Amino acid sequence: MSATVFDERRNQIHRKGDTPFDLACDKDSLAGAVSQRACVFCGSRVVLYPIADALHLVHGPIGCAAYTWDIRGALSSGPELHRLSFSTDLRERDIIFGGEDKLYRALIELIDRHAPQAAFVYSTCIVGIIGDDLEGVSRRVEKEKGIPVIPVQSEGFKGNKRAGYHAACRAMFRLTGSGGTSAISAKSINILGDFNLAGELWIIRRYYERMGIEVVANVTGDGRVADLQRAHGAALNVVQCSGSTMDLAKMMQAEYGTPFLRVSYFGVEDMAESLYTVARFFEDLDPEIVSRTRELVKEELESLYPELEKYRSALAGKKAAIYVGGAFKAFSLIKAFRLVGMDVVLVGSQTGTKEDYQELYEITDRGTVIVDDTNPLELSSFLQDRHVDVFVGGVKERPIAYKLGVGFCDHNHERKTVLAGFQGMLNFAKEVHSSVMSPVWRFVPRHTTNSTPGSEEPASVPERLTAAGGA
Amino acid sequence: MLLRHTPKEITDRKILTINPAKTCQPIGAMYAALGIHNCLPHSHGSQGCCAYHRSTLTRHYKEPVMAATSSFTEGASVFGGQANLVQAIDNIFTIYEPDVIAVHTTCLSETIGDDIPQIARKAEADGKIPPGKYVIHVNTPSYVGTHVTGFAGMTKAMVDYFAESAGKKINQINIIPGYVEPSDMEEIRRIAEVMGVRTVLFPDTSGVLNRPQTGKYDMFPPGGVTVEALKSTGNSQATIALGQLASGPAARALDSKCKVPCEILDLPIGLKATDRFVDTLRRTAGTDVPDTINIERGRLLDIITDMHQYFYGKKVALAGDPDQLIALTEFLVSIDMWPIHIVSGTVDKDFQARIKEITQYVPHPVNVGIPGDLFLLHQWIKNEPVDLLVGNTYMKYISRDEDIPLVRFGFPVLDRIGHGYFPTVGYRGGMRLLEKILDVLLDRQDRDAKEESFELVM
Ligand code: SF4
Ligand code: SF4
Repeated sequence: MSATVFDERRNQIHRKGDTPFDLACDKDSLAGAVSQRACVFCGSRVVLYPIADALHLVHGPIGCAAYTWDIRGALSSGPELHRLSFSTDLRERDIIFGGEDKLYRALIELIDRHAPQAAFVYSTCIVGIIGDDLEGVSRRVEKEKGIPVIPVQSEGFKGNKRAGYHAACRAMFRLTGSGGTSAISAKSINILGDFNLAGELWIIRRYYERMGIEVVANVTGDGRVADLQRAHGAALNVVQCSGSTMDLAKMMQAEYGTPFLRVSYFGVEDMAESLYTVARFFEDLDPEIVSRTRELVKEELESLYPELEKYRSALAGKKAAIYVGGAFKAFSLIKAFRLVGMDVVLVGSQTGTKEDYQELYEITDRGTVIVDDTNPLELSSFLQDRHVDVFVGGVKERPIAYKLGVGFCDHNHERKTVLAGFQGMLNFAKEVHSSVMSPVWRFVPRHTTNSTPGSEEPASVPERLTAAGGA
Repeated sequence: MLLRHTPKEITDRKILTINPAKTCQPIGAMYAALGIHNCLPHSHGSQGCCAYHRSTLTRHYKEPVMAATSSFTEGASVFGGQANLVQAIDNIFTIYEPDVIAVHTTCLSETIGDDIPQIARKAEADGKIPPGKYVIHVNTPSYVGTHVTGFAGMTKAMVDYFAESAGKKINQINIIPGYVEPSDMEEIRRIAEVMGVRTVLFPDTSGVLNRPQTGKYDMFPPGGVTVEALKSTGNSQATIALGQLASGPAARALDSKCKVPCEILDLPIGLKATDRFVDTLRRTAGTDVPDTINIERGRLLDIITDMHQYFYGKKVALAGDPDQLIALTEFLVSIDMWPIHIVSGTVDKDFQARIKEITQYVPHPVNVGIPGDLFLLHQWIKNEPVDLLVGNTYMKYISRDEDIPLVRFGFPVLDRIGHGYFPTVGYRGGMRLLEKILDVLLDRQDRDAKEESFELVM
C-alpha cells in the first residue's frame, strides 16, 4: 500500500536509504491540509503558563483563552493562579474602537485582586490586526502597580509554535537581571525546558540537589517570578528540548555571559549523560562531583534495570512510530525505544529544523521514514504500511491510532505519569507495554487495507497521489 | 484548593471574563459541519484556531476530528486570504475528495474582511470546484456570539445552500436537533422512527463522532446527513426545531426560503419537554404515540416516584448553554429540586424571562448570570452553597474545592466518557440523567452518613 501525500509535500517526507537525504522543513503548512500544527500563541502559552505566581491574561476573543485553560498538567507546589483562565473577551465594539482601554482596566482589576508577582499579556491574531499598543498599556500598568507587566507578542499568524517559544523567551528574558544574586552558590544552575508535567521537574531537581548543585530557577515548571529575576545569578543554564527555551539560554549568554548546556532527561542514556555533563562542568570547583554523580546514576540504575527487563523481553522487536512537536524530543525517544528493544520505523515532528532532521537521519536505522509537518491521512497510511505497534504523538493523533488498532503513548500535554528521569524510563516502558500488550488489540482487525479515501479510489486522482519514499 | 484565588466577595466586573462558560463560534460551526456526510470542515484563518478546535472536539469525543485550515501567514493577514482559500479548496477536493467543504471564518479572516462567497465564486470560476461538489460557508467571528451561535449559523447555512422546494410536499418532517451529542441525535431520530414519522435530521453527528472500533481509519465516516437529504428539506411537511438558539435560525430560514412551517420547541430534556416534543411529532405527522414510547415515559415517571424524597429541596448550580439550561431547569424544578444559581456565557434575550418563569415557585431566590462565567458561579456558591453541580468538565474545580458532587453535562466533557453513546434527551435520556444525579447524591449521603445511620436500602 502506498502512502497518500500531497505532491507539494513530497520533499517533506523521506525514507532512509532511498536517495540522498534532503528534507524540506520550516515551511508554512499547505493551505487546505489537515495540519497537526498549532500557532505562535499556543507556543508562548505552553511555555509561560507553568509560571504559577504570575497573572496570564489573554488579550483577544474568548476562544484563544478558553482552549488554553489549564490544558497542560504543569504542577505547582504553591500558587495556582496559572490554572485560572483570564481573558479580555474582545467583542465587536473592541475590534472597531480598539481594546486598549479594556486591557488596561482588566489588568488593574486583576492585579488588585490577585496580587501576582508579574503579569504576562498575550496578544492573539486579532490584536495584531487592530493594532492595540500592548507595550504602551503594559508600561503604564507596570508603573502604576509596581510589578513587571510583560507583553508577549504571540499573534498566531506570525509563524508556528516555534515563533511562540521565541516570544515566550523574550518575555522571560525581560524578567531576568532584576533580582539579587549575592546568596547564590557558585555551583548553581537554572533548569530550562522542563514544565513539570506530572511532577517530573521535581525529580530532576532532586538529582541535581543530590549532586550538590543549587537550582536557582525552574524554567518554567513550578516556576516563580522571583526565581526568574535571579536567574542570571546561576553559573550555568541547563537546557532541555532545544525548541522551547533555547532562545532564552542564548539571550542570557549574550547578556550575562551565562554558558549553557543542552541535555535531555528522557531515557536512561540521555539522563545519565546529562547529569555527567553538568557534573563535568563543575568539576574544577568540586572535584568530587563526578564520582558523586556516578554513585547517583549507579544507585538509580541498580534499581531500574531489573524492573525494566520485565518489559524489555515483552517489547523486543515491536515497532514504534513517533510524531512530536519538537524534533529534539524525538532523539531521546528513539534511544529510549532502542533500550527496550523496539524499532522506530517512523519519526517526524511539527516544527523540526534542518539540523534536527539531519541529526534524526543520522541516528535512525535504514528504512525509517522521516516526515515534517504531516497530516492524518499520511500518518494513518504510514501506521498501517509499517505495521506499527505503538505510536507516540499528541492529542489529535491518539484517536487515529486507536481507530487503526494501534497502541498509543502520549508524550505531550496529556501524559499522566512522569516520563523524565530514571524513574520516567520505567514509567515509559510500563506505558508502552500497557498499550502494546493490551488484550484489546486481539479483538480488533488490525492493519486492514483500503481505509483511506485515496487508496480506495486511486483511479480518480492518479496524478496527484504519489507513493511516498518508494513504498 | 485549586481555585483558592477566587474571593467570596463579589465585585462588579464588566471588562473581564474569568473561567468562561462558553467558547468561540468556529468550534460550533465545525461540530455542525461534521454532521454532514462526506464533509470536510474548513477553518479560514491561521492554523492555531483550527488546531485548538480539533483538539477540543477530540478531547470531548475521543474520536478523530478532521478539519482543514487556510493556514494564514503574515502575508495573508495583510493582503487577505483569497489565495489561501482558493488553493485550499483545490487541494482539498483533489486529495481528500469530500462532497462538501464547509468553510467557517475566524476572528482573523473576519477582521481583515475576507468575502467567502466571492472567493468561492472565484474558485468555481477557476474550475477548482468539481461538478457535484459544494463549498458552503458561515461567518463566525468570535467577538460576536459563542460556540452556540456558530453551530446555529452552520446549521442555517445548510438550509441557505441546499434546501430546495420542488413545489410539491413529500411525506417527511425535518428535525433540527440542536447543539446536542451524537447520542442525542440518534435518540431523537429513534423516537421519530418508533412513532412512524419519516424524518430528515440535520445536522447529524451520530456515526461520525461516536464510531465503533473497526480497525480502520475513515477520514469520512458513514454518518452524517447527505446533501441529497438536505436538498429535500425544502419539500418537507414541516420542521420541528429543538432549541431556540441553536436551531431557531435554520428553521426560520427554511420557512421563509421554502415555506416549510416550523415549530420551535425546547430541547426534549426531562419529562415535560419530551412530552411536548412527542406531542408535536404526533400532531405534525398525524400519527399515534405507540406503546413503546408510553412505556418509556412510564418508566421515567416511575423512577421519579420511587426516588422523589431524595430530590426534594436539593439546591443545584448549573452552567452551560441557554437551550440546555432552560430544559434542564424545567426538569429539575419538575422533580422538586431547586436550581438556584444558573450561568451561561451565551447571551439569549429570552433566557432570563424563561428561567424566572420556570423557577417562579421555587421557594428560594434564583441567580441568573447571563452572560456569566464560572468565576461568578463559584462566588455565588461560596455565598449560598448548593448540593449539586451540573455542568461541563471545568466545573470539577469548583466541585473539588467546595466538595460538592458534579454531574457532567454539556460541552466540553474532557474527563469522562458516555456522552457520545448515551443520550440525555427523550424519556430514556431523562432516566439516565436521573441515574447520574441519584448516583452522586446517594454516594454523597453514604459517604457522609454516621456509622449508626449508614443505610443498606435507599
Ligand atoms: S481567534 Fe477567534 S476563532 Fe480563533 S480560537 Fe481565538 S476566538 Fe476562536
Ligand atoms: S487566533 Fe491566532 S492566536 Fe488565537 S488560536 Fe487562532 S491562530 Fe492562535
